[in-house]
Amino acid sequence: MLKIHCPYCEEDRPELEFHGAGEAHIARPTNMAELSNEDFEKFFFIRDNDKGIVFERWRHLHGCGRFFNAARHSVSDKFIKTYKAGEKKPKLTKKEIEAVLPPAKSTPANEAVWTIEKEGKK
Amino acid sequence: MSAPSVNTGANRVAGKGRLSPAKTVSFTFDGKSYNAMEGDTLASALLANGIHLVGRSFKYHRPRGILGAGPEEPNALMGISRDKARFQPNVRATCQEVFDGMDAKSQNRFPSLEFDVGAVNDGLGRFFPAGFYYKTFMWPQSAWDKLYEPIIRRAAGLGDSPTEADPDHYANRFAHCEVLVVGGGAAGLTAAKAAAASGKRVIIADENPIMGGSLLSDSVVKLNGKTGSDWAASIVSELEAMDNVTVLPRTTAFGYYNHNMVTLAERVTEHMANPDPELPRERMWQVRAEKVILATGAIERHLVFPDNDRPGIMMASAAGTFLNQYGVTPGANVAVYTSCDSAWQVAFDLKEAGVNIPAIIDQRDAIDDALLARAAELGITVKKAHAVTKTRGRLRVKEITIEPVNGVSSEAIPVDCLLMSGGWTPSVHLFSQSRGRVKFDEDSGTFLPDIYTEDCVSVGCCNGTMDMEAALAEALTAAKEAVGGRARKAPKVENASSMNGFKIGSSKGAGPEDFTKAFVDFQNDVTAKDIRLAVREGFQSIEHVKRYTTNGMASDQGKMSNMHGLAIAAEMLDKPIPEVGLTTFRSPYTPVTFGTLVEHNKGELFDVTRRTPMYDWAAKHGAAFEDVGNWKRAWYFPKAGEDMHAAVNRECVATRKAAGIFDASTLGKIEVVGPDAVKFMNMMYTNPWDKLAVGRCRYGIMCREDGFVYDDGVVARMAEDRFHVTTTTGGAPRVLNMMEDYLQTEFPEWKVWLTSTSEQWAVIAVQGPKAREIIEPLVEGIDLSNEAMPHMSVREGKIFGIPTRLMKVSFTGEAGFEINVPADFGQSVWEAIWERGEPMGLTPYGTEAMHVMRAEKGFIIVGQDTDGTVTPQDAAVGWAIGKKKADFVGIKGLQRPDLIGKGRKELVGLKTIDPKIVLEEGAQIVDNPNHPIPMPMIGHVTSSYWSEVLGHSIAMALVVDGHSRMGETLHVPMPDSVIKVEICSPIFYDPKGERTNG
Repeated sequence: MLKIHCPYCEEDRPELEFHGAGEAHIARPTNMAELSNEDFEKFFFIRDNDKGIVFERWRHLHGCGRFFNAARHSVSDKFIKTYKAGEKKPKLTKKEIEAVLPPAKSTPANEAVWTIEKEGKK
Repeated sequence: MSAPSVNTGANRVAGKGRLSPAKTVSFTFDGKSYNAMEGDTLASALLANGIHLVGRSFKYHRPRGILGAGPEEPNALMGISRDKARFQPNVRATCQEVFDGMDAKSQNRFPSLEFDVGAVNDGLGRFFPAGFYYKTFMWPQSAWDKLYEPIIRRAAGLGDSPTEADPDHYANRFAHCEVLVVGGGAAGLTAAKAAAASGKRVIIADENPIMGGSLLSDSVVKLNGKTGSDWAASIVSELEAMDNVTVLPRTTAFGYYNHNMVTLAERVTEHMANPDPELPRERMWQVRAEKVILATGAIERHLVFPDNDRPGIMMASAAGTFLNQYGVTPGANVAVYTSCDSAWQVAFDLKEAGVNIPAIIDQRDAIDDALLARAAELGITVKKAHAVTKTRGRLRVKEITIEPVNGVSSEAIPVDCLLMSGGWTPSVHLFSQSRGRVKFDEDSGTFLPDIYTEDCVSVGCCNGTMDMEAALAEALTAAKEAVGGRARKAPKVENASSMNGFKIGSSKGAGPEDFTKAFVDFQNDVTAKDIRLAVREGFQSIEHVKRYTTNGMASDQGKMSNMHGLAIAAEMLDKPIPEVGLTTFRSPYTPVTFGTLVEHNKGELFDVTRRTPMYDWAAKHGAAFEDVGNWKRAWYFPKAGEDMHAAVNRECVATRKAAGIFDASTLGKIEVVGPDAVKFMNMMYTNPWDKLAVGRCRYGIMCREDGFVYDDGVVARMAEDRFHVTTTTGGAPRVLNMMEDYLQTEFPEWKVWLTSTSEQWAVIAVQGPKAREIIEPLVEGIDLSNEAMPHMSVREGKIFGIPTRLMKVSFTGEAGFEINVPADFGQSVWEAIWERGEPMGLTPYGTEAMHVMRAEKGFIIVGQDTDGTVTPQDAAVGWAIGKKKADFVGIKGLQRPDLIGKGRKELVGLKTIDPKIVLEEGAQIVDNPNHPIPMPMIGHVTSSYWSEVLGHSIAMALVVDGHSRMGETLHVPMPDSVIKVEICSPIFYDPKGERTNG
């Protein structure tokens, strides 16, 4: 269970109190009625779903009720930061990103090691 | 000390162990009665009584004995019962404390443990290689369900499931601490004590009843001059006396989750003879720790040699535990087979307790001089560089054969017990669950913690630090890093035993050329041969080898077998171990009961039950209730002798002829307030709201951006800047969430405030021609005449002296009112109306009659007549879309080509040609019932009822292009017949809507 920092309550609270709300920084077009089908598809259906750093929305549903944004690594599940709705997408520093990277893949535990390819080269 | 009056077994050694002969309990094993000392595990009690044979193996049904003394035990799994309802299968006898009156049963044997017909599998072993089931039971496919699976299920598997509901209760606790220490051995206790001195919150958990870990089984070690167990006891009592420390024995940390969340299972009453029924049987702890110190120790590995699974062959450390903790010897003539120093001390302890040790057989050539000297001193024969290559004895080992590791001469030694040790595997399970990465250490043949991802630290044996002094230093460093402060002094350690030496993989006699059964995984009956076969058949990844052979997949998760399996596979693949990789450790570390995971969330506490303010009245008046979401709603009000249909027919007729009263309190209600409220409503709903006058109501439709109907409900404008919004019963939370989402993130500058008022208003619907007459005398300050208060209007005033928002709205098609009063007054207002209305024919109706009456009017229910792919136009409520609006949620989605073209499923009414037939909701609709299969399905029935008022059945359906197919005949194929239907308008009753004007 994740521990999430609510930027409004300014407290770390358990994931139980929160509700995920999808990718962040997708603004609703102001000319919705005139939008082309292609632009609507991009706005409504297409999501990055990156493996790596993601910017996502959360709601402190069982708390202050506020929506806010977070920068998180989707593999290590570690948060870089959370920030209030409406704030600009933060520029992340190399140091911040490195702090949340999952461990390198070279060590064997918890990783199926696929050797077939290597065998073929022999 | 006085002589014990009760015989707790012939294999007790007086003066050994921590149990008192004065406190005894009795228990049964397979129907026979035995005595034990209080504090015995079932395993120690059985061994004290000379019982090694405790089960039959999973696949070959081979006789099996007690192998270990802890949670890694693969063999001694029992069915334990306290009484008929309290039965638990697959309990590890090495962990279960004996309580007075306990009933234990061995498993996986028929008809008895000594004679088991399944053992025929053992003789047929060559026909049951790895992957046997995959290869054999392939054909014919149809035989799987009826023949193969039932037989395999009966023959394999472990204990039986309980047959009665669990009568016990379970608890849950959330806890927070600065330091969580997992494991109460020497390192864990040292870390906990040092961390606790800071005053910060410390929790220490250990799976055993008494903390101390291996110290409790160590006869020679001294810490600060005390024996291991005395030292451990003194630290535990210090910790227990501190307010900032929680000491949790009998508590297994079984899962490690994100951000230092560790779950613990505390066994509260499992060891008690007569537990207080107020106590939970087990308690789940969800601990969030700032720092986790893992001091989980190490588990001794067995050796892989031929027939290494006979009863009487057990782990050396287990024998040390049974002797030093429980005063029990595993035999009278005990040989020791090892490749690790630690087993030698066990041999010395046993010898000193009067047990004959015919030989210590060590695979190694170079052995520590001190051990050799001590063996010589005690007169124990040592066989260096030797191996056990054969064992004999059907139900208990009686003879072993030894050979030089590099030689052929053999020698037979009679024994009644053989101890073995292949060295120690650090318990990195929790570390691994925390997504930490391990690294192989060639020198010790172990995987050790390498890269951490959570804020935790491993200390002691689980970190590969087998030397006790170094382990304690590590523990102190970890504690200091966790809580700061000054460095603490480590206890002085004397006579710590060496844990040097190890063997992973198969030993002599179990090599690739040997046709012997040398078990790697005892619980799943996997032999060295099986693993080699898997590799020969092309499995290269250890994850595949594991699944094909099932090595390490039993309930012990391969605590003893993983390293051997890996080493054997690596040898066959001719690769170094790190390249083959280690399989994944998953939660739970040891099996956890469902009760613990479910904790309080069962029965009435499984979910919230919501009752309306008028629930008691309905219950008193005989209502049948239905569950709608979490709500208990009055479904219908049967009179004596009435079934549901009769009651519903009567309720509908009475409402249309006179009046009905209905509890609509479950409707979702949201108060939308603020200078920008109308702008906000225009955005959220498809309808235009600017021109809705104060005091008027309008039916609103809400879409998602994709244009599909999301919710609907009547909205009343209470003031220029205030709307009373109603939602569907189930939709209230999601509608409020969606409104909040737009308000907070898209239009944060708009001045609008949203408040859920669903539970603040009780709603009483009074519907029917006499509705106004009934409520009129109770109402103050509101002119109820049609002229003053037309259909779809709202007024504020009082009813029965209570402030009300009185709406003239109708979900039945009759003239009627929905009376909103503060929830606390719901029942008294209801009763006042009832008192006046009953003599005038007022009839209470439930949700079923409500459904029938709304369907007679063609009013949709979102979620029943729509399904998330239905637009307002499809649902025939396209009129609710504001054509001149520049924007609203869904405006673009509704323009999408697929949503406006031909071929949409549209909501229509259906009349059955035979008016008596009531269609089934969900039934499919076709054009031509004689079309060859697959028959194109063009729609389905969404609502269907018998209309007593109309005298025929009515239905609503979604049918492709239905709006342009009025009058056409379609077909509804059913299993026994095809029902003919005609498409019609969904408004069956009072199509002109004249009745709402009353």
